[in-house]
Amino acid sequence: MSASVIIFYILSAVILGGALLAVTASKIFRAAVFLLFSLIGIAGLYFYLNYEFLGAVQIVVYVGGIVVLIIFSIFLTADSGSDMQRPPLGRALFSALAVAFGCALTLYFIKQQVFVSNMKEALEPSARNIGRQMLSTTQHGYILPFEVISILLLASMVGCIVIAIKLKPQE
Amino acid sequence: MNEIGLTPILVVSTALFFIGMYGFFTRRNMITILMSIELILNSANINFVAFNKYLYADKLDGLFFTVFIIAIAAAEAAVAIAIIIHLYRNYKSIDINDAEILKY
Repeated sequence: MSASVIIFYILSAVILGGALLAVTASKIFRAAVFLLFSLIGIAGLYFYLNYEFLGAVQIVVYVGGIVVLIIFSIFLTADSGSDMQRPPLGRALFSALAVAFGCALTLYFIKQQVFVSNMKEALEPSARNIGRQMLSTTQHGYILPFEVISILLLASMVGCIVIAIKLKPQE
Repeated sequence: MNEIGLTPILVVSTALFFIGMYGFFTRRNMITILMSIELILNSANINFVAFNKYLYADKLDGLFFTVFIIAIAAAEAAVAIAIIIHLYRNYKSIDINDAEILKY
């Protein structure tokens, strides 16, 4: 058992343990903090697979952006110190059963499936290669989805402001 | 090169997806449901990256899809939180059972 395998198991434990605590914690603020650990573990998994750019994006956008947004909204809405109501026992039980069966079925199919690599030479996922391929206009290009996503981001920002703005009551 | 194969990473992402599903089923607070959705999206991202790494290492398409999914998840979280804050102003609650005005 080499160090690489041990690191993978530690990362998996952080990811799954954080996720499990995030969906079962009784205080909402603690759930957000456990979600933070889980997302950092996923960024660690990207670093482990040598996708450094993606790990950095994960940390910047998820850990620095989305979780902070969630924590702010917790402070703005719920009272973060009090316990949330527990789910009823029947619902928790049947949810756990459904999830366990679905998980078992998917794992069975994963075990059955034989994955075949296409055995080509690996392309280094450096920032230079990512930029050149994603924004190329000849082949492998994803410039149209890139532009569409930039418009989507603009639209969602405007939409957020319109939805969350507080109008003054008319005199 | 690390000697972890594709299958353990798929096992981790499957477990993460179903943990997110469990939270989605049992939680009744809108913000925690949003957290569960983030977990599900992240498990899809792990799948894209693992398949790109182990099966199609000569391309970077899985990585591009992951970047796009992260961008869409950020937009989705921002809009969802704006809606939640607006609901809280009107109903003083973020419980999903209280937001039933569209139901009938």
